[in-house]
Amino acid sequence: MSGSLDQLIRQHWWAAVATLCRLTGDLDAAEDAVQDACVAALERWPVTGVPGNARGWLIGVARHKAVDRMRREAIRGAKEAASVRELDEAGHGPDIPAEPADTLSLMFLCCHPALDASARVALTLRSVCGLPTAEIAAAFLVPEETMAKRLVRAKAKIRDARIPFRVPGQAELPGRLGGVLRVIYVLFTEGHMASRGEALVRGDLCDTAISLARAVAGLLPGEPEAMGLLALLLLTDARRAARTDEVGDLVLLEDQDRSRWDGDLIAEGEAVLEAALRCGRPGPYQLHAAIAACHSTTGSADQTDWRQIALLYGELIRYEPTPVVEANRAVAVAMAEGPAAGLVILDALAYHPQLQRWAQLHIARAELLRRLGRDGDAADAYRAALDLEPAAASRSFIARRIREMT
Amino acid sequence: MKYMLLLNRTADALPEPGTPELGRIIQEYGAAVEAMGRAGVLIDCGALTARSSTTTVRVRDGQTIITDGPSAEIKEQLGGYTIVECADLDEALKWAAAIPAARDASVEIRPIVAMQAPG
Repeated sequence: MSGSLDQLIRQHWWAAVATLCRLTGDLDAAEDAVQDACVAALERWPVTGVPGNARGWLIGVARHKAVDRMRREAIRGAKEAASVRELDEAGHGPDIPAEPADTLSLMFLCCHPALDASARVALTLRSVCGLPTAEIAAAFLVPEETMAKRLVRAKAKIRDARIPFRVPGQAELPGRLGGVLRVIYVLFTEGHMASRGEALVRGDLCDTAISLARAVAGLLPGEPEAMGLLALLLLTDARRAARTDEVGDLVLLEDQDRSRWDGDLIAEGEAVLEAALRCGRPGPYQLHAAIAACHSTTGSADQTDWRQIALLYGELIRYEPTPVVEANRAVAVAMAEGPAAGLVILDALAYHPQLQRWAQLHIARAELLRRLGRDGDAADAYRAALDLEPAAASRSFIARRIREMT
Repeated sequence: MKYMLLLNRTADALPEPGTPELGRIIQEYGAAVEAMGRAGVLIDCGALTARSSTTTVRVRDGQTIITDGPSAEIKEQLGGYTIVECADLDEALKWAAAIPAARDASVEIRPIVAMQAPG
């Protein structure tokens, strides 16, 4: 019972915190009030049953809790007393509707570029998704105390530097939306290719990221990049079941059992991507999604249109001129024109200091060297990848390859 | 000639409100500033919030790049100051990005502690 109540409450957390944030003008006060309301719900709902408008109930109770709390603190100063009056007058009645503008504003607040990048992801999980600090700490494998400090610091900055709670205007929106989408993408990537821990895929983080992407795309229907991100996540997540074998080891895309890909997710991802492309404003997430779609529409790996994928990566470089995109293009070129052509690009990149720390590059080089029959060089490249301590699943994949060749 | 006096401190933030430490600081600073005021040399002064509430703005190729925290660029040095009154950080960011220093090096935005006028 309390498990499903927890879930129910978490569904409404975002809207409740967002509404309270608008009413109180303070994220911390909003979260405390909603937390209090959730405690009240967990006590009362098992007895009275879940109210018809659970969200309205939570928001209404949270507002009362916030007024109580501010009243207790109002003794301190006139400014607080004025806030209490305002809050008390704001929206009397059975429930205050949660407005889409509020939920979006909260997302933009948590993803503000003036906040530390790792704090943005953590704050989104806390304030938007309602994850307890302990769970966020566990997701990023840091001690709970460290995560709590990170969150406190981020909220202090929001308050002290007065980071606004609002949807950015048209002029700022493209840049700021990029920041929001980036947080969701980082969250998904952390779940999809866990950089830490034993499991390669952490499905809970993937699910959270997809529901955020879905919500943001729904709230900003005119933004093709928001749809592009949603499409990308759906198309990528569709391969989740096939990405690891029965013992949890990584399975490369070309070796995956495509019958285990989720057809519903693929269909939805493609539909969302088409809608995005129809807007006629391409962007990096739409290109990433188009690349993912190239894979998901092909029945077997050897039918993959690598020329098209190489072209899409070439386009992507215009938006993301990073060695990582160039490395991916190299792999596509290798598939379209042979391993030697791809290796030329990868060898040039291998000297990039930033990329030397990237295990995927060494793995990609090793694969091409292996295909060229240069087993000794391939094994060296695999060992270079191993030295970088990738996640356990990648580790045993690499070890197997080295065993096969030596 | 106007001179800017840069006040350094060893702790990140001021002591908590209501503590004797903050009381003493306010009293001592008050005395120093009052003397400057009486002498007619004081233009303006204020305390800054914690260093951790700093935001740094850079403009490169027409793009505004916003980062959390002070500038870590060792080659940069303080060359001037501007005090603006804005509704929120986004407005301050907009003005900061329009300062040439944001293109050549960076502009740090550090909120000034809101002091309630005494009495």
